[in-house]
Amino acid sequence: MLLSLAIWVPILSGVLVLALGGDRRAPLQRWVGLVGALAGFLVTIPLYTGFDLQDPGFQFVEQKAWIERFSIYYHLGVDGISVLFVLLNSFITVLVVIAGWTVIENRVGQYYGAFLVMSGLLNGVFAALDAVLFYVFFEGTLIPMFLIIGVWGGPNRVYAAVKFFLYTLFGSLLMLVALLYLYNKSGGSFAITDWHRLPLPLSAQILLFFGFLFAFAVKVPMWPVHTWLPDAHTEAPTGGSVVLAAILLKLGAYGLVRFSLPILPDASRELAWLMIALSLVAVAYIGLVTLVQTDMKRLIAYSSISHMGFVTLGFFIFNAYGVEGGLVQMISHGFVSAALFLCVGVLYDRMHTRMIGDYGGVVNTMPKFAAFMMLFAMANSGLPATSGFVGEFLVIMGAMKASFWLAFIAATTLVLGAAYTLWMYKRVIFGAVANTHVAQLKDLNPREFIVLAALAAAVLLMGVYPLPFTEVMHGSVNELLRHIATSKY
Amino acid sequence: MTWVDVINHLPALPEGIVLVGACALMIFDLQVKAENRAATLWGAQIVLTLAAATTLFVLWVGGARYLIFNGLFVVDAMGHVLKLVSYAAVSAALIYSRQYLLERGLLRGEFVTLLLFSLLGMMVMISAASFLTIFLGLELMSLCLYALVALNRDSALSTEAAMKYFVLGALSSGLLLYGMSMIYGATGTLNVYEVAQHAGRLARAPADHTFLVFGLVFVVAGLAFKVGVVPFHMWIPDVYQGAPTAVTLIVGSAPKLAAFAMTMRLLVNGLIDLAQDWQQMLALLALLSMALGNITAIAQSNLKRMLAYSTIAHMGFMLLGLLSGVVAGNRLNMEGAYSSSLFYMIIYVLMSLGAFGMLLFLSRAGFECENLDDVKGLNRVHPWYAFIMLLLMFSLAGIPPTAGFYAKLAVLSAAVDAGQIWLAVAAVILSLIGAFYYLRIVKLMYFDEPKDMTRAVGSSGFRYALSANGLALLVLGILPQPLMAICFLAIQAL
Repeated sequence: MLLSLAIWVPILSGVLVLALGGDRRAPLQRWVGLVGALAGFLVTIPLYTGFDLQDPGFQFVEQKAWIERFSIYYHLGVDGISVLFVLLNSFITVLVVIAGWTVIENRVGQYYGAFLVMSGLLNGVFAALDAVLFYVFFEGTLIPMFLIIGVWGGPNRVYAAVKFFLYTLFGSLLMLVALLYLYNKSGGSFAITDWHRLPLPLSAQILLFFGFLFAFAVKVPMWPVHTWLPDAHTEAPTGGSVVLAAILLKLGAYGLVRFSLPILPDASRELAWLMIALSLVAVAYIGLVTLVQTDMKRLIAYSSISHMGFVTLGFFIFNAYGVEGGLVQMISHGFVSAALFLCVGVLYDRMHTRMIGDYGGVVNTMPKFAAFMMLFAMANSGLPATSGFVGEFLVIMGAMKASFWLAFIAATTLVLGAAYTLWMYKRVIFGAVANTHVAQLKDLNPREFIVLAALAAAVLLMGVYPLPFTEVMHGSVNELLRHIATSKY
Repeated sequence: MTWVDVINHLPALPEGIVLVGACALMIFDLQVKAENRAATLWGAQIVLTLAAATTLFVLWVGGARYLIFNGLFVVDAMGHVLKLVSYAAVSAALIYSRQYLLERGLLRGEFVTLLLFSLLGMMVMISAASFLTIFLGLELMSLCLYALVALNRDSALSTEAAMKYFVLGALSSGLLLYGMSMIYGATGTLNVYEVAQHAGRLARAPADHTFLVFGLVFVVAGLAFKVGVVPFHMWIPDVYQGAPTAVTLIVGSAPKLAAFAMTMRLLVNGLIDLAQDWQQMLALLALLSMALGNITAIAQSNLKRMLAYSTIAHMGFMLLGLLSGVVAGNRLNMEGAYSSSLFYMIIYVLMSLGAFGMLLFLSRAGFECENLDDVKGLNRVHPWYAFIMLLLMFSLAGIPPTAGFYAKLAVLSAAVDAGQIWLAVAAVILSLIGAFYYLRIVKLMYFDEPKDMTRAVGSSGFRYALSANGLALLVLGILPQPLMAICFLAIQAL
């Protein structure tokens, strides 16, 4: 029941907001949106408090017949891997609703409606245990995101929205064929857990692996199918960038953990070299690309690709450090990238420019803001005692177990990450006041303060005391590793 | 003729009602003044309701298959389903087109009469069990449609479209007839069920059955014309664009169901033993249609023409189900495959009705909504109808949670079950190309500024029907099971 609530409370409140009509009712729509987002977050909290740490399998399971003709079930459940993402998503939704409070003046109802519906759909992706249900939620998120980028985005929004849509649709359609193939081979079952036990020859596994890889690699995004991301992130409104970076990117990596690794263990081992190579390219090469960005949002977008490279690297070295590190990195990146996009949003709302060159000396007029952004910049470069450190450290440890050189290349991210983040920070925040616009900046208002403070607390908590996050995953990660280690043919 | 005979022929009562209703309305309309023409339309709706009620009655009395009129006419579950959807489509067409025709001075009695007679033709096609009745129904339907396309006789474009439609339609009828005569020559019977027995014997016999296959080729070509798949698609874009939008709506909806029924009767009921042969032909037709339809649609700036190419692509997709029934002589996959095509057809008709209905809604006196630019900024002017159109477009593109996705899922699943994985992959890639032009409509509606803020005025009935049409796709997208089950049962009883 809880998982259904986590999915349907946001969706229904989104529909309610839409039903309230046009911009005349904007204040009411904002409040309904906030209440819906908060209710959506509250119903997910029992998922964490009531989670049984000893049980590596799926909990809070719900199963009802949905489309009997194809034996498709409305089958929900979370394990230690997915429960955290449901929480993260519901948490971020609340922040997004607050962050857009005064910024969005145009078609407010549609904006909040789209975000709430998307939040519910995203919870659905993380909770679905039936492949078609998963696919429906996975694809369903495209529609609201497409509108969010295209309607409220920056100047080049249409190009970015269409590119985002077609890239991701291409990937997921190939996945659909893979799903249908598995359905056929498993004798007519769409249950993901059945597929975990399904024996498959290596040749079929490799084809299926690529079928899934297109869908998930586009979402992660992995090099070389990452090119939609800088455009989409840059052109999306602040809230859109936050949800894209914090949650939507996680769908790809989550899909790898839920489908590719346990269903296709032999292909995963066979093709691990490829995945590792692509991940390292993302970490090192995209790290270098990030350095030269002049647009703050673009810079954060590229840094997201580089950080997600770390996640996929962790998954494909097949040890507990790597996989847990990857998962922790996903959560941490959810907080940090959301926070950084919100910081850029704060500046953009005041100056209407995202160019690094237009700023300088912001600390003089916005000291509180500068302090927050300092923390998030540190977390983005993986400084100890911030959440960014935990994931990266675990992945590098895992990589070290596999091979020294792997760990060595992966560790370049610590240098590059610090370089691009701190260099941007220095140019924007420090130095002399660059121009009169900067001189007139006002510091954070209470609404912005609350949002950034909530994220800062999360970043610090996860950095100092990561146990509440990692202890949930242990059981499920070990179960996953057991699956990967067992050959299926 | 005794009472027993009358009762035995009761399963054909819906056809009788439509026939009598059409004739009665024709006479009734002569007495009606132009400003009271709404009465004729209401009369047509009553005829449709009565037909639907009797169809349901026949279905309720006995679900079994009846062969009546000396085996010329078959009444079975698939026929019932297709007829009921056809009534709904024609009824929607009447509601959607009233205002459009009225504003253009085209709302005359013959519109209703022709529409009902073409419906009668479709019903005969759907229930035909013999080559003769198939052809009879086909010609009745087609002749009425040719006349409807030329309804606006002062428009050169419409007349040209009607001419093309007629010439190509006649050619395709000729092909079909030629193929039928070959099959008659090979099997010595016109009844599809008897053809099936003879064809099965011939196909299994070591003797040469080239003659039969030769006839089959012509039959498939004729069917491809009627369904509208490449390379027999040339008439579709011109007719869709040239006909008044209200007529395009009619041409693009119910006749597709009749063409589907005809295909099922001829290929599945009649020539299932030659499945190996016709499945290969359909595979080629499907692939070409999806490729040409989707790629050419991108280049269109006229909405009606774009939707015409989209139809071609969709019909190609639908064929994927029809060609997956028999795998190496094994018929286990049959019910799943054909029911997926039936489901696809019904969903497609719903989407097509909605899309053309939206064009009718946005057109007004002196303004035809038919270019891409005409839907610009619709979200500003009509947020609700922009949303309905969004549902229609995403459903056409096959994005969940709309019904179009399950239609694609069912058909692809059938293809994968039949081992046609590469065909499924090709279909998927081509439908990605297709997604682009549907997406462009959404982009125009939501991201662009409107050209002018003139609000469309439709009667409340029209608006409710259109909204219900769009929302049906969402509801069927969330709960597709009932319709899928109905389609499955209908094919099972075939």
